[in-house]
Amino acid sequence: MNEYDTELAIIGAGPAGLCAAIEAARLGVRTTIIDENARPGGQLFKQIHKFFGSYRHHAGIRGFTIGKQLLDEIENLGVEVMLNTTAFGFFDDGLIGIYGSGDVLPLRAARTVIATGAIEKPLNFKGWTLPGVMGAGAVQTMINVHGVLPGTRVLMVGSGNVGLIVSYQLIQAGAEVVALVEALPEVSGWHVHAGKVCRLGVPILLSHTIEQATGQDYVEGAIVSKVDRNFNAIAGTQKNIDVDLICVAVGLRPLIELASLANCRMEYISGLGGFLPLHDEYMRSSNEKIYVAGDITGIEEASTAMEEGKLAGISVARDVGKLTQETHNMMSRVIHNNLYELRLGSFGDERRRCKEAIIAKNAGRHVP
Amino acid sequence: MPMRIEKHPIIDYGKKGSVVTISVNGKEIKAFEGEPIAAAILASGIKVFRHTPKLHRPRGVYCAIGRCTDCIMRVNGVPSIRTCITPVEAGMIIESQEYTYE
Repeated sequence: MNEYDTELAIIGAGPAGLCAAIEAARLGVRTTIIDENARPGGQLFKQIHKFFGSYRHHAGIRGFTIGKQLLDEIENLGVEVMLNTTAFGFFDDGLIGIYGSGDVLPLRAARTVIATGAIEKPLNFKGWTLPGVMGAGAVQTMINVHGVLPGTRVLMVGSGNVGLIVSYQLIQAGAEVVALVEALPEVSGWHVHAGKVCRLGVPILLSHTIEQATGQDYVEGAIVSKVDRNFNAIAGTQKNIDVDLICVAVGLRPLIELASLANCRMEYISGLGGFLPLHDEYMRSSNEKIYVAGDITGIEEASTAMEEGKLAGISVARDVGKLTQETHNMMSRVIHNNLYELRLGSFGDERRRCKEAIIAKNAGRHVP
Repeated sequence: MPMRIEKHPIIDYGKKGSVVTISVNGKEIKAFEGEPIAAAILASGIKVFRHTPKLHRPRGVYCAIGRCTDCIMRVNGVPSIRTCITPVEAGMIIESQEYTYE
């Protein structure tokens, strides 16, 4: 089995996949990216806020600008990008089943990077399936990418960074955020984001949750209530809120289906969002021909996804003989240092501990 | 009410595709060529995309990235198309899949 259609297949053209492609292609690896969307860039193009951190981590630059820069590089490097194409399965000998333009095709790749990202977690309350209850990220896609506001009076559920940022962006798009409820007694996301929302007069109701979305055919209101320490609603605290859109921002989970089909070893890591494929310090899964990078390996930020993508890209280049072990060591040291820095601080600590535990579990499985 | 965003402090939505007409359950609506079908439908004020086959409960757009399948509809006769990731083409006939399990 030496005949491959491509040296490296990357599934998912988000920040992790694009960075993996750029590093690999720069080092001479023949690279093909597959994405089921009409446009590459993943969720970067809906991130209209400026990134944080140091300049090395794109701080001060808006997500969509980073997306454009990455796509320009992909184009300059001549990476093949197959859009509107879905990878649906893994077979023996690195054979990937893909579906696009009405055809099912086999794609044979020497190495694969799975960078499929994540999906928003739902929240089960009465009326949670009504039209008008949407994931906060879904609303972000609609307003920031497609220019469509799905509702004008909004209840946001969850005060993590997604809930806070999307609240602010809803206001930028012309909506009114009537309230933001958070079941915990404190704001979960960065206070700099909470401050922006507060200054615009959005009430942040701590120790509050949504009990019900009301309406017959679609959302016409919501009932929120105060909760006790065990998150049980306190009787008599129910309030009706007049809203036509309820955004659910209660976290994400890795999209692991493809990695699972490829028999990558999975484990449940609650600090990183759920089941995810284990990987070594170079992002290689338990299947030695398959790498994973980005949110599929645990929910973090776009900036960490990009670093992990780079790590996967250079490691594939090493595997296929386009990069010496020595140079790989040098390059990976820089990336590991960047990842360490990105995982500093109160929000990064737990993620870093989880990542170290994952790598420890997988250490020694492969000898480079 | 859902609506199109006309002015935005940060985003320049750029050049949209040409304005075309598509039919949604017999109603003609305007859409931009290339935008997701679901975006055009929401912008036209339609919120209910289908009803579930067993309990007949309404469904709309939930995840908007092609994962949850809440927004599936019949497009040009082909059932179960994820409207949130399928681009608009001129003259598309889009219908709710209303049926009941026997």
